[in-house]
Amino acid sequence: MAPTVALAGNPNSGKTTLFNELTGSRQHVGNYPGVTVEKKEGTYVRDGFRLHIVDLPGTYSLTAYSLEEVVTRDFLVNQKPEVVINIVDASNLERNLYLAIQFLEMGIPICIALNMIDVAKKRGIKVNAQKLSSLLGVPVTPTVARSGRGKKELMDSASQIAQGHRQFTPLKISYGADIDPVLSEMEKEIAGRHFLTDTYQARWIALKYLESDEQIISKGQKANPDLSSRLKEMVRKVSHHLLNTLDTYPEAMIADQRYGYIKSILKQGVIHHKYDRNRLYSSDRIDKVLTNRFVGPLIMLAVIAGLYHFTFTYSKLPVGWLERFFGWLGSSLSAVLPAGMLKSLIVSGIIDGVGGVLGFVPLIMFMFFGIAILEDSGYLARVAFMLDRVFRIFGLHGSSVMAFIVSGGIAGGCAVPGVMATRTLKSPRERLATLLTVPFMNCGAKLPVFALLIATFFAKYEAAIMFLITLGAWAGALLVAKLLRVTVIKGAPTPFVMELPPYRMPTFKGLAIHTWERTWQYIKKAGTVILGLSIVLWAMMTFPGLPDSKIQEFETLRQAETSRVPVAIAAELKAAREGAGLSGPASSLKEKLQRIDAAEAEAGLRNSIAGRIGGALESVSKWAGFDWRTNIALVGGFAAKEVVVSTLGTAYSLGELDPEETGSLSETLARDPGWSPLMAVGLIVFTMFYSPCFVSVICISRESGSWKWGVFAMAFNTVLAFVLAVLIFQIGSAFGL
Amino acid sequence: MRINLRKMHDNQAGTIASVKVAGELGRRLRDMGLVPGTEIKIQGRAPLYDPVALRVMGATLTLRNNEADYIEVEIE
Repeated sequence: MAPTVALAGNPNSGKTTLFNELTGSRQHVGNYPGVTVEKKEGTYVRDGFRLHIVDLPGTYSLTAYSLEEVVTRDFLVNQKPEVVINIVDASNLERNLYLAIQFLEMGIPICIALNMIDVAKKRGIKVNAQKLSSLLGVPVTPTVARSGRGKKELMDSASQIAQGHRQFTPLKISYGADIDPVLSEMEKEIAGRHFLTDTYQARWIALKYLESDEQIISKGQKANPDLSSRLKEMVRKVSHHLLNTLDTYPEAMIADQRYGYIKSILKQGVIHHKYDRNRLYSSDRIDKVLTNRFVGPLIMLAVIAGLYHFTFTYSKLPVGWLERFFGWLGSSLSAVLPAGMLKSLIVSGIIDGVGGVLGFVPLIMFMFFGIAILEDSGYLARVAFMLDRVFRIFGLHGSSVMAFIVSGGIAGGCAVPGVMATRTLKSPRERLATLLTVPFMNCGAKLPVFALLIATFFAKYEAAIMFLITLGAWAGALLVAKLLRVTVIKGAPTPFVMELPPYRMPTFKGLAIHTWERTWQYIKKAGTVILGLSIVLWAMMTFPGLPDSKIQEFETLRQAETSRVPVAIAAELKAAREGAGLSGPASSLKEKLQRIDAAEAEAGLRNSIAGRIGGALESVSKWAGFDWRTNIALVGGFAAKEVVVSTLGTAYSLGELDPEETGSLSETLARDPGWSPLMAVGLIVFTMFYSPCFVSVICISRESGSWKWGVFAMAFNTVLAFVLAVLIFQIGSAFGL
Repeated sequence: MRINLRKMHDNQAGTIASVKVAGELGRRLRDMGLVPGTEIKIQGRAPLYDPVALRVMGATLTLRNNEADYIEVEIE
């Protein structure tokens, strides 16, 4: 097997760029087992030798602070890569070496890629790579990942290490007069009792106990509770002492000493600054405008609107192609296949299902391409910076805004790409709260429902009501986020502390890889499940079907109508092609027959599993004023929200309706005594807040890493929506509205 | 003179004197290089005056005001 090379480094150090440069298209993305952190792997090939490259998540440190850090650490100790390439940003050397020191403390075979050496040079920073290499005792290669400079030399030294030509012993640095004696005492105890030492080095375990590292301590507690408690007691003593004498903690002390060690190395002629370090660079000058108190928010609004426009306007064309293709596929198969269950399954179940999944693909691609530009250029971090104050109130993060906007924060988005957009959020609790609340936004599929109800009952106030609906969705989403953050996802806010990376021009290669891998993940993961579920939904709306006697009844009605007119007219209708002109009597017969078909479809729907559920729910839903027809439509809306309209059409015996052409349904609803403006308001609110469509539910489950959250979203949202609809209907009725 | 980071005004520079917070936030601050002895300079604040952007070791970091509260800075 090819030796494994792991790439590690701070976020924004150019790690992913280097990974793309090394592996090109020979890469694939998966997940680390059991967590949602992306795992990218690829192969580097040169002159006949191959290296297996793993791109570890970007981290600043090796504590157990974040999921990314735990994943990185576990990979290093469990998979034992032959060599780790630590990518450090040469223009930001001091802080980047903090991670390098921690690799050295672990005794891991590393070599350092001194990346962005060109940026450093432009900033007047000169780094002596040889000096740094001899002081750290590991190879240091200057590189420019974007252009591929230094790639060959870097891989030469990596493969030398991989072949085992170099010895690596854990770096021992002094952590000060208070820590050092305790550390060596603990080390002795640990080594003497082989405490976790088959996985970790004794000194490193001791260090982690001093840093109160939760992962290592809980492992130790299991392996040897006695010794673990003794170690903890030793840590407690030194902590107490440090707090009394120096007012600090062991972990702070250790960090200080690491930075001290780095400073002492850099001082020995490794780094030379030509200018003042706090000098402003072009990136800072851009920031003076883009994060300006007055201009900044305006530009941000324009950028967000631009992203939205880009995603939903430019994807229309490919979405249209796909729709036409699947429409064509469906109708040509319809023509070939014999009528019956198989045809219905293939056309209405499978093709509509697959078409539904693939219909989102252009949307997702465009959205991720747009977001990748914002992310890779560094602008996304500025958006988080500017909006954090607002979103924090609701227990969210400044970066949450992208997900909300894409989901329909500007009416007409889609929750599926919105849920996936939460990937840019690194704070776990804030991310979960965001992905559970983005489905409240008004996605494009809810709009036909609103349009129908508004046109029927509030035609005069269309614009005002749409605006209120948008505001309502935002208010609902933010308030529910707050509610979740103080109940099921409670916990202190994840520290915001983050870097504003310098602005960089994104590379097309990077954008393309970024967009494609995320889109492909959607197709691969969501596709299979969605296909299965759409078949289930189709079956629910189809089976058990009408009993034969009923079908016979409708057939008799049809025959009666046909026999009432002269034979020639019936023959004319039979022979006529789709869309061809008909004589007066023939078209009147056609209309009558269509009405019978629609009545049969209504009866069939009423009798189906979904129809029975709708009927059974009537006893509950009457509190909100919904009858069985509305219930079925809402059950159908779980497949996709626009289905609410077409199912209502079927339930009112209007036949299959195009969601864009609802004039006849609107007239029917306006005449129906069971409907009132009040009930329409209730239904609008219910549609806004009830269970996300099942594609979204699956994405929520995937992105949160647990089906639990998908089920939660379905149940919680539906209950919430129902309570709101009942409140509106009951209070409104009490006031005689 | 020692003041709290929150009280510093834009473009003011100083040296971190102490970071008094343990746990997740403390770790995160240290990972980003916010340790005693580090020189910082306030680069600006977000439109709603929170979070704050700092210049640290040649890079720009942001943190919320309530996170900045734990950091004392020595200024001239």
